[in-house]
Amino acid sequence: MRLLGLLAFLSGALCAQTEVDFTRQVEPLLRAKCYGCHGPAQQMSGLRLDEKAAALKGGYSGAVILPGKSAESKLILRVTGAAGVMAMPPGTKGLPEAEAELLKKWVDGGAKWPDSAAGAAPVASKRVSHWAFRAIERPAPPAVKDSRWVRNPIDAFVLARLEREGVKPAPEADRLTLLRRAHLDLTGLPPTPAEINEFLNDTDPDAYEHVVDRLLTSPHFGERWARPWLDRARYADSDGYEKDWARPYAWRYRQWVIDALNHDMPFDKFSVEQLAGDLLPKASVEDRVATGFLRMTLTNREGGVDNNQFKFENTVDRTSTLGAAWLGLTIGCAQCHDHKYDPIKQKDFYQLFAFFDKVEEVDIDAPMPGELGPYLAKKDEYRAKREALLKEYRVGEQQAAWEKEMMDTAAHPGVRTDWDLAWDCLLKLTEGGDGEKILRIAPEKRTQRQKDILTDHFIRNYHFAVGPKVYAETKFKELDERLRKLKDEYPQLTQAMTVDEAAGAARSYLRVRGDYRTLGIEVQPQVPEVLPGMEAKVGERPTRLDLAKWVVSRGNPLTSRVTVNWVWAELFGRGIVKSLDDFGVRADKPTHPELLDYLAAKFMDDRWSMKKLIRGMVLSSAYRQSSKARPELEERDPDNELIARQTRLRLPAELIRDSALMASGLISLDVGGKSVRPPQPDGVMELGYGNRWGNSWPESKGADKYRRGLYIHFQRSTPYPMLVNFDAPKANVALCRRDRSNTALQALNLLNDPVFHEAARGLAYEAMNASADWDARLEEAYLRTLGRKPTDTEKRKFETFFAKQKQLLAKEGNHLDDAAWTELSSVLLNLDEFITRE
Amino acid sequence: MRPEELFAVHNRRMFLRDCASGIGMMALGNLLAGEGRTAEIDDPLAPKKPQFRAKAKNVIFLFMEGAPSQMELFDPKPELSKWNGKALPADLTKDLKLAFIKPTAKVLGPQFPFRKYGQCGMELSELLPHTGSVADDICLVRSMYSEAFNHHPGQLFLFTGSMVGGRPTMGAWVNYGLGSEARNLPGFVVLASGVGTSAGSDNWSSGFLPSTYAGTVLRSKGDPILYLSNPEGVSDASQRLRLDMLKELNQEHLERTGDAEIASRIHSYELAYRMQTSGPELLDFSKEPQETLDMYGVKNEKTKAFGTNCLLARRLVERGVRFVMLLHASWDHHSAIVKGLKQQTGATDQPSAALIKDLKRRGLLDETLVVWGGEFGRTPMSEMRRPDDPDSIGRDHHPNGYAMWMAGGGIKGGQVIGQTDELALSVAEDKVHVHDLQATILHCLGMEHTKLTYRHLGRDFRLTDLGGQVVKKMLA
Repeated sequence: MRLLGLLAFLSGALCAQTEVDFTRQVEPLLRAKCYGCHGPAQQMSGLRLDEKAAALKGGYSGAVILPGKSAESKLILRVTGAAGVMAMPPGTKGLPEAEAELLKKWVDGGAKWPDSAAGAAPVASKRVSHWAFRAIERPAPPAVKDSRWVRNPIDAFVLARLEREGVKPAPEADRLTLLRRAHLDLTGLPPTPAEINEFLNDTDPDAYEHVVDRLLTSPHFGERWARPWLDRARYADSDGYEKDWARPYAWRYRQWVIDALNHDMPFDKFSVEQLAGDLLPKASVEDRVATGFLRMTLTNREGGVDNNQFKFENTVDRTSTLGAAWLGLTIGCAQCHDHKYDPIKQKDFYQLFAFFDKVEEVDIDAPMPGELGPYLAKKDEYRAKREALLKEYRVGEQQAAWEKEMMDTAAHPGVRTDWDLAWDCLLKLTEGGDGEKILRIAPEKRTQRQKDILTDHFIRNYHFAVGPKVYAETKFKELDERLRKLKDEYPQLTQAMTVDEAAGAARSYLRVRGDYRTLGIEVQPQVPEVLPGMEAKVGERPTRLDLAKWVVSRGNPLTSRVTVNWVWAELFGRGIVKSLDDFGVRADKPTHPELLDYLAAKFMDDRWSMKKLIRGMVLSSAYRQSSKARPELEERDPDNELIARQTRLRLPAELIRDSALMASGLISLDVGGKSVRPPQPDGVMELGYGNRWGNSWPESKGADKYRRGLYIHFQRSTPYPMLVNFDAPKANVALCRRDRSNTALQALNLLNDPVFHEAARGLAYEAMNASADWDARLEEAYLRTLGRKPTDTEKRKFETFFAKQKQLLAKEGNHLDDAAWTELSSVLLNLDEFITRE
Repeated sequence: MRPEELFAVHNRRMFLRDCASGIGMMALGNLLAGEGRTAEIDDPLAPKKPQFRAKAKNVIFLFMEGAPSQMELFDPKPELSKWNGKALPADLTKDLKLAFIKPTAKVLGPQFPFRKYGQCGMELSELLPHTGSVADDICLVRSMYSEAFNHHPGQLFLFTGSMVGGRPTMGAWVNYGLGSEARNLPGFVVLASGVGTSAGSDNWSSGFLPSTYAGTVLRSKGDPILYLSNPEGVSDASQRLRLDMLKELNQEHLERTGDAEIASRIHSYELAYRMQTSGPELLDFSKEPQETLDMYGVKNEKTKAFGTNCLLARRLVERGVRFVMLLHASWDHHSAIVKGLKQQTGATDQPSAALIKDLKRRGLLDETLVVWGGEFGRTPMSEMRRPDDPDSIGRDHHPNGYAMWMAGGGIKGGQVIGQTDELALSVAEDKVHVHDLQATILHCLGMEHTKLTYRHLGRDFRLTDLGGQVVKKMLA
């Protein structure tokens, strides 16, 4: 026993004296155990251990080797499997004791690392050769045999592939199918009987082309094409979290998108304004409204929420959304660690994140045409009345006292629990601005807007501080109602949710493991290393505007490819690259790479005109093909990768509603404006917590009940059921591809929802109104719904159906034709053909 | 082969291809295992075999929204009484993240006494005599912890594994993995009582999974399922005529276009019709014996809402529904906790226990996993929003140690897992993370949580995010 002890002592003493040899002992160990992840090929968590300088600098979370201090060196903590940290190498409990001990001694001995040490053998530089990262060049359209089929270069690319495969394109769809297809794809509305007849009678060989050009100038074009972009923008009309307060002027941004598309605003401008409109020189109100894109993030007003956490989550979301909507990169994966598949490092993510780190949310006046004059004319009168009311209820002195107490509470938390709560409410419940920020500005330095925001908050929330009894004595509840009423009586300016860049220098940090509380190394705003760099002034911190310009710069290989690809998918049902939101190394390969590049290059050459892009696609022979299945190709090309036909597409939720309302003649075709709340069953709102905070669904009146689906108020926690049933996005994150599910709940929705039943009655009325003749009525109903005339078989079937319904109705004591026509109309509105773009 | 069958084969092919690219490998494995069932394969909710043999087939999740107080219900803390009215030592509380109160807030001793229940002698609050009567069937976990301390993120974390929205919820994952045996009802049904929940429909969302897997709300007023009844003035006979006509015309169009989606559409209309007829049957309690109705408290004003839902939950799993989620809100007792807890236990204790007993006597408990609990727990310290009113005292949010219970399919009853420290500040033994709970629930259903995946935005997502370990001690 004694002997053993002595030996141990001796060996310990010996070891302490022997210096660890880096080259002979440490380097081989690092090489064997660490270089795999922290070496020349990859540097997980930013750590590289095969080069002296890099190793001593450390990784994303800072230095890992502190010479002389093994107990504080992360390298040692990890390899010894210390408590509270993830042991290294991964999947082990640390290195074997002897090896860990060796490293420990080396660190304690000063981590001596001779400059001459070899390090790992350099690996051949892996220049990224991924197709999507290569510069876009415009390929010449290939030669084809059947040149008659080629209407424009798109067809040459499609046909060349088909000819290579020995497949003939599908025949052209019949004229009426084509007409309905173009109408739905360009405006989201089916053609009217008049438009159908006009087209049928138009013998001009360019008749279809004329229709397309007419539709491209329709104000409904912007409505149809706003929707896929709003999916990417995660557009909604409410906060999202918990109380899920309505955002009464979120629509102002939607309006901007619709207008921009209708005016064919070049997509580069469209992008720059949304990402950085506020930073443009002499930014206009509209430029600022565009930044509403960055405001579609969710807001959590729960008590006690750490505002820093949600500011961080929102910045992460903005960064990820940039990746999804423009770059087709799943950069969100790199929030917590280097991307597993794509050459996107965690550092790259936070360098992009840094562009958004100074974003400040600010609401502004964004008057619509015609608002300003009446507002200015009455403004002084309104202000005077408001001030008088505030005076009547002695708000001034009470608010001053409250402000003093609030400041005191903030300085001494935990003393008065009621005032603590009042303070938290100031942070969470202030409407239209940052309550704490305003409170900390001296009253005389506050803007009128800031004053109003704080006073309104004070009046509505004073009870948190003083309790219900004192609050009742102030009669502030009554005052609040009177102020709201006064506001309603006077013309007000439409507001918009926008962003600003916060003043002062920003410092941005990587967050270790994506946790907002764990700051890693400092990072500078920069675009991902793997992509061509941005032009920026030397020595200046690049701004969000620099980023926006880079996103749509000619050198960026992604934006144009990603954009033409999703537009293609809207019109053909499948992208040239199937994974619309992923152009990374694991993306599906493009089925027609040259076509993709041709479209991407041409899009930029055409000054990013969306309308030209869409026009080219819609006029192509490829687009005009029939969508009927081709059994002979079923086996070899089940997914229609060859584009050997068009694709039947179930309409998106909004367009199903629009088509039904259009067919019934009930639709209101007003473009733009506030969101509406069409009838929905009782109890839908009750399922959300917001219901406890007064969220309600005041049903829209008159024509507003029949507005297009795009305008339906989207309450994130309790969305309109029909939209959910038909796969509208949940608007939590950017969505680049909607599902087209096929469920029983959809069937119930179309069969029984009073909204659709009303549409059936409307359609019955329109059909009966069109003619006294039964056949003509049926034809009218067919034209309005399916955009074609009934076949003879269909006519016979409906005759029988109609007779049976009438018989049945008579038995039930109903002898009117109306009911039978309504039933017949309802059948049409439920047909698969009706809710499908053929 | 009839056209539908033909298209079913085609769809299956499509499905298999999708599996390779989009859908997790597990679904693929099941599909291959289920060879020979081609006629049903085009239904994404067709039942699938679990990865391994397991006891539980269905889940009833009794979600107690708002965070019930563990110290008043499940976790006796006599030591805490001694601290009543005093602040805890600063070094114990300095790292606490709290929603509303400060770490210096005064302790509130437990407000209700505990008793021993069952042969196992489980200590539960006097507020829970009925739960006590099934103590031998339940596995009480006193060592739960979560990462979220606000409701909406907490609920998302419990049901989706992430605090940020947009991911599928547990019920959607389970239906995605196992399909559903119910032929005339949705596979994931949601029932609500009390007030609305913080996360609203995020609690039953399909997230990025196809919406087929989303929860369907069974409503307590109006149509039980949205749009289940015929439009006003339309008789059943007329509806049937309408459906027959639709089927005929859709069939014709199917032949014209050859698009298999139309076959699915026909199928979905038939299912809708069957739902219309089976829905009322589901809600018809007239064949339930009086004793059963009394047991659930269906006729008693206090227990009626939750009792009705518990009885419906049993009827739903009897009909093969895979995942039933009951939401009861709210247990968010920031103030007036004594009154509030009496009220909520009064509404839920008896029906929860009745559900266990009823399932058991029908032989359904073995194959049904019942889970009871909230998104986190409450602080040992008090919250005092109205210092002038002593009855207004309550407790704040506390994710570092709280309690839930499970019973039935695959769970070992009559045991308590884990414990918190004497002051209920954190877990002292056998920590169970929310991801561990999720992993365990999936395990009970025969699914390995790391293998139930879905590729989205370039990544294979799962319910347990990056964590989760099955809690073996819970298993029978």
